[in-house]
Amino acid sequence: MSPEDGSNLLESDAASVSFKETELTLGLPGESRGLALIEKTGGKRGFSETVDLNLGRSSTVDSDHKKYSGESETDVQNMAKPPAAKAQVVGWPPVRAYRKNAMKGCKYVKVAVDGAPYLRKVDLEMYNSYQQLLNALQDMFSCSNFTIRNYLNERAVTNQEVNNGVEYVPIYEDKDGDWMMLGDVPWKMFVESCKRLRLMKSSEAIGFAPRTPSKCSSSN
Amino acid sequence: MSEDDDRSPSPNSITDDSSQTRTYTTGSGPGPGPGSSSVLEYLAPCPDQVLENVLENVLWFLTSRKDRNAASLVCRSWYRVEALTRSDLFIGNCYAVSPKRATSRFTRIRSVTLKGRPRFADFNLMPPNWGAHLAPWVSAMALTYPWLEKVHLKRMSVTDDDLALLAESFSGFKELVLVCCDGFGTSGLAIVASRCRQLKVLDLIESEVSDDDVDWISYFPDTGTCLESLIFDCVECPIDFDALERLVANSPSLKKLRLNRHVSMGQLHRLMVQAPRLTHLGTGSFSPSEDVAQEHLKPIISNCHKLQIFWVLDSICDEGLQAVAATCKELRELRVFPFEAREDIEGPVSEVGLQAVSEGCRKLQSILYFCQRMTNAAVVAMSKNCPDLVVFRLCIMGRHRPDHVTGEPMDEGFGAIVMNCKKLTRLAVSGLLTDRAFAYIGKYGKIVRTLSVAFAGDSDMGLKYVLEGCPRLQKLEIRDSPFGDAALLSGLHHYYNMRFLWMSACNLSNQGCQQIAQALPRLVVEVIKHEDNLDMDENVDTLYMYRSLEGPRDDVPRFVSIL
Repeated sequence: MSPEDGSNLLESDAASVSFKETELTLGLPGESRGLALIEKTGGKRGFSETVDLNLGRSSTVDSDHKKYSGESETDVQNMAKPPAAKAQVVGWPPVRAYRKNAMKGCKYVKVAVDGAPYLRKVDLEMYNSYQQLLNALQDMFSCSNFTIRNYLNERAVTNQEVNNGVEYVPIYEDKDGDWMMLGDVPWKMFVESCKRLRLMKSSEAIGFAPRTPSKCSSSN
Repeated sequence: MSEDDDRSPSPNSITDDSSQTRTYTTGSGPGPGPGSSSVLEYLAPCPDQVLENVLENVLWFLTSRKDRNAASLVCRSWYRVEALTRSDLFIGNCYAVSPKRATSRFTRIRSVTLKGRPRFADFNLMPPNWGAHLAPWVSAMALTYPWLEKVHLKRMSVTDDDLALLAESFSGFKELVLVCCDGFGTSGLAIVASRCRQLKVLDLIESEVSDDDVDWISYFPDTGTCLESLIFDCVECPIDFDALERLVANSPSLKKLRLNRHVSMGQLHRLMVQAPRLTHLGTGSFSPSEDVAQEHLKPIISNCHKLQIFWVLDSICDEGLQAVAATCKELRELRVFPFEAREDIEGPVSEVGLQAVSEGCRKLQSILYFCQRMTNAAVVAMSKNCPDLVVFRLCIMGRHRPDHVTGEPMDEGFGAIVMNCKKLTRLAVSGLLTDRAFAYIGKYGKIVRTLSVAFAGDSDMGLKYVLEGCPRLQKLEIRDSPFGDAALLSGLHHYYNMRFLWMSACNLSNQGCQQIAQALPRLVVEVIKHEDNLDMDENVDTLYMYRSLEGPRDDVPRFVSIL
């Protein structure tokens, strides 16, 4: 994600601000990113930081650039101010990789897709964000021609033309046995509480009216 | 592994082994040479021979490495006899001495312990393929130690070929322990399992084992094994449970078993039924969905009055530690690991837990404690309540974090530890620390052997205090602290007495390190560059230096320069 002019990411470089504003991420405008060791702000990570939606560049159409960046900025401004993205210092805290891996364990959950004859399992610990999980699910079930309605940003994430696609809504069952929409809680909290996933056909998604948290106030 | 003070022979005392002249304790003329075989000699051995025989018989019983090293320095006769009677070879730094030199001097070794990489390599502070290869050692030992029974390795690079050679060369091989090793896979394990018919111990601890798609468990002989200990919790690959069940059933001597996370609770139960003699059992798994919830822990812990060693995740919280403190009066060793190893979170354990443990577990000898916040008061309390502390390792995960109640640096807390804990030999410090903390360590830490420093200190004085004040210091590892060349130079008088010094992301320059290298020819001074920064600039990323009888090693990767 480095600016093309190769300038040091640490500098809040006036020349690169305009470029950064059009970068499709959810960081605050003008905020430096990358591998800098940024002063810690303490406290828990804000939700926006856990919804790591890099909206990507290659597939999005140029004319949509401004729209998306504008949208993301609006979203961001409505959100609580998140702490700066923290880069990990190498080797700190001094916990061996082995132990870290043991710690994260494997959080396997079953994924049921309406209409598919088989269940799959995913290890939620393998992902760091909702977007990554959804991408993986897309890949996993790519033989079935569908799109997942992404309620995180009110727009569908597609991997092929929508023509014959059936739209699915991702939901999960939490520790209390309730079925919830993906995206309402911070990622880590989701990983801990998710017992299983289901991709439900949009047409059946009655009673699962898209929640509109105060953050995502923009309509489709 | 035991950390006996290993005064490996100083360069001066290792003389040319080929001279076998004997030492004569009396003024009488030279006795019969080693090769002669006169009848007279047989009937009336000269006094020196008697002395040596006696010595040999006595020295067999000497087990302490420290004592043996001392004995070997008395005179040549003792040196030779000690070498003949030593059966356990301990090499704290595989580059301090060559395999050839070690195997020439000690010819009757049954057990070898080798340590390779420095500890900070575990935390990705060193590029891979730095060294510490087992290969030259196993080749040398294959020739000279046919009766080798035990090999203990720590932080070595071990290949499948090495394991194959080992399995083929030592018919009586009994024990293989690999701690923090890498470079091998399940195919190597399969070879060991199938060929080492006398194998009693196979312990793989925190090692990286690659998955070669080989069902190594099934390679143990069907007819039965002598296994007493099998530890493989770090092996990430799935195993065939039926093979494991058969193995356990065929191993009547099995006492210690630690499995990996691919064995479920139900399967574990089946194994336990097969092996009623088990004394140690571990699942090696920290799956969050199956873990012991805090409310379950308390009733369990409150029954463990005799618990001596306890390793736990911080998810038990301060409350859980309070429960431990209330019950485990015999606790000797406590390790509290972070469930989430990050800097920017609240953290479930704090000074409250530490204080409680200090009040309840008075016999504590060793503690490793990860936390997000701490106070000097709690650390001081521990220093006073636990006088038997030998190991004190506190990791406040937020860098430069002060006492969160007073806002002061953590100097006083650590100062109290070195002042009050008279048996302390190993110390790891953290949090906001000024040079004052190091002044305390230098002043009071007279028997400290291992010191670990990160993100601490203000100036060269910090390091100087330590190098000038701690005569027993053997292992010093420092990262991200503002110590420069002047500080480095202040330790010249001491570096030959140390096993190693590690300094990364400090203020060292090539020039300063060069000075050290020139002043101390028996020191190997390695400057390690990060692989993405191979330009030779003045700043030294990482300095790793150690005494050695061999000079620069010949397996140096391109990112290391030896000055």
